[in-house]
Amino acid sequence: MSRYATMFDRLSGEGAFGAFIMLGDPDLARSAAILDALVEGGADMIEVGIPFSDPVADGPVIQAAATRALAKGVTPADCFDLIAGFRARHPNVPVGILTYANLVVARGRDAFYARAAAAGADSVLVADVPLLEAEPFASSARLHGLDPVLIAAANTPPERLAAIARRGGGYTYCVARAGVTGADRAAEFDHADMLDALLTNNAPPPVFGFGISRPEHVRAALAAGAAGVICGSAIVDLLAKHADPLPALRAFIAAMKEATRIREAA
Amino acid sequence: MLNRGRFGAYGGAYVPEILVPALEELDAAFIDAQDDPGFRVELDTLLRKYAGRPTPLTRCRNLGTGRACIYLKREDLLHGGAHKTNQVLGQALLARRMGKTRLIAETGAGQHGVATALAGALFGLRTCIYMGAHDVERQKLNVFRMRLMGAEVVPVESGQRGLKDAINEALRDWTASFADTHYLLGTVAGPHPFPTIVRDFQRVIGEEARAQILDEEGRLPDAVIACVGGGSNAMGIFADFAPDAEVKLIGVEPAGKGLDGDQHGATLLRGRPGILHGAETYVLQDADGQISESWSVSAGLDYPAVGPEHAHLRDSGRAEYVGATDAEALAAFQALAAGEGIICAFESAHALAHALKLAEAATDNPVLVVNLSGRGDKDMEQAQRLLELP
Repeated sequence: MSRYATMFDRLSGEGAFGAFIMLGDPDLARSAAILDALVEGGADMIEVGIPFSDPVADGPVIQAAATRALAKGVTPADCFDLIAGFRARHPNVPVGILTYANLVVARGRDAFYARAAAAGADSVLVADVPLLEAEPFASSARLHGLDPVLIAAANTPPERLAAIARRGGGYTYCVARAGVTGADRAAEFDHADMLDALLTNNAPPPVFGFGISRPEHVRAALAAGAAGVICGSAIVDLLAKHADPLPALRAFIAAMKEATRIREAA
Repeated sequence: MLNRGRFGAYGGAYVPEILVPALEELDAAFIDAQDDPGFRVELDTLLRKYAGRPTPLTRCRNLGTGRACIYLKREDLLHGGAHKTNQVLGQALLARRMGKTRLIAETGAGQHGVATALAGALFGLRTCIYMGAHDVERQKLNVFRMRLMGAEVVPVESGQRGLKDAINEALRDWTASFADTHYLLGTVAGPHPFPTIVRDFQRVIGEEARAQILDEEGRLPDAVIACVGGGSNAMGIFADFAPDAEVKLIGVEPAGKGLDGDQHGATLLRGRPGILHGAETYVLQDADGQISESWSVSAGLDYPAVGPEHAHLRDSGRAEYVGATDAEALAAFQALAAGEGIICAFESAHALAHALKLAEAATDNPVLVVNLSGRGDKDMEQAQRLLELP
């Protein structure tokens, strides 16, 4: 069973809390320590960004993190090494890569997915590859034993949601509002139809991203039917604002994770 | 939608999933408009009575004479000051057709921003132009023109603060705003259907030029030459000549400070295939796939990718791509002003520079058609700094 499937099994009754950071921000050594702190704080799954120069799906907070990492000279090879190190320390925590298409095709699709698999990643989400372009990416991912995470948006038509349900793996990244990543606005679409279509088609578990920055966002997403949430910009922002961020980070992750225990909270 | 969006191996629509319905809505509106005679009539009327089409084809009286016969397709005389107005009017009509109330656009030199601003004013659409902060600085006149016509100009501070970064910001805006906003992309780059829509609205340049040169010379030209940044003026003049195998199609990329260094924007000559701004195409990038900074004296050519159809024309060999340096472009700019009394845009001067090189080497008096894609008013401040006049 994949690490994602094992995790969702283990969590039955509570939501998965996914924590995102940009690898190499503020530098490689501190990224390793931050990844450990995410797990210590209670994150169930980890999402890591490989910094790209032109992240069009990201808002200012994550753009700035990518810019900082690139300014330090962080490369995809460094990121794979960080993931491999994390995997050695945490054999069971699912790790997904979030990145952009040009970094994948520049290395060569198969070479990219092979390296990601060798590093111990579980999935790859390519932010600028929609379902219509996903086939060669998803095939290469599966060839190397990785889950191709696909994005479902609340404006995605039902027949395409069905295809996303069939083609995707690991989890389904659900975008609950318009716009780029960022912590400033919470979910705004009516996403009941999207979740219905995904569940009807046995999609990988729906996990909400975009605008998850406070415990009430976590509770609202899970109440709406999400199997988990991913918090990105709020974490990246917290890291950027503290000289010694680890204590505040652990506390924030713990509070967000606590909000996934909706049965106990209810 | 996917199959219509490929040019050989290039093109496609690499965008966040949430933008796919917006692209499909645009594609449907475009196809629907083609079948609507009323749409064509309205666009043709605007092109003639508002924008000033047809533009002349001017035979040079002094440049190249004796060695070659150089004709200039005078898009510099189009309302707005460049070819951009052709396709902006088309897309603005599509925006109205889709019921959008707001236009957003990116701009490099400011010509596309100016064209979008005039369409926004004409059709009563709120208009927001993203422009790299570096370009805002070097094209102040166009910034003022846009604001005068009621557009909001947003300087983009990210990345290298140029055209690439302005496109990033416009795409980000659109992922949040597509319900009421049309992204009026300015060139034949970006995700499908933009490369097709922009080419088809620009092909009027080549249709006119083809008829005009046949009228003047009684034969087709030996070569059609246009500058290539994103590539819309080149696709516009190439499209109607493409079936004529005897006509050479030549795209001139900005060689900046030289092709051997890294200060240029010669994507097709020095880049390799990748994915940027929604399309699979040639991209200037490092070994890992991080996008490189481009350089050109002309803001409108300063772009590290290129329209996917150009990538296909390059690989298929139907078009040839060459470079002209900043210095060569400036020399051609000055020669055209002094020799013909025409002040062209720095962008267009790249195409002319190559025509002058061909004329220099010619022995059989070839007929060359150069797309003079824009006028040079916007470049006067920069020209004053760069040129030593006698």
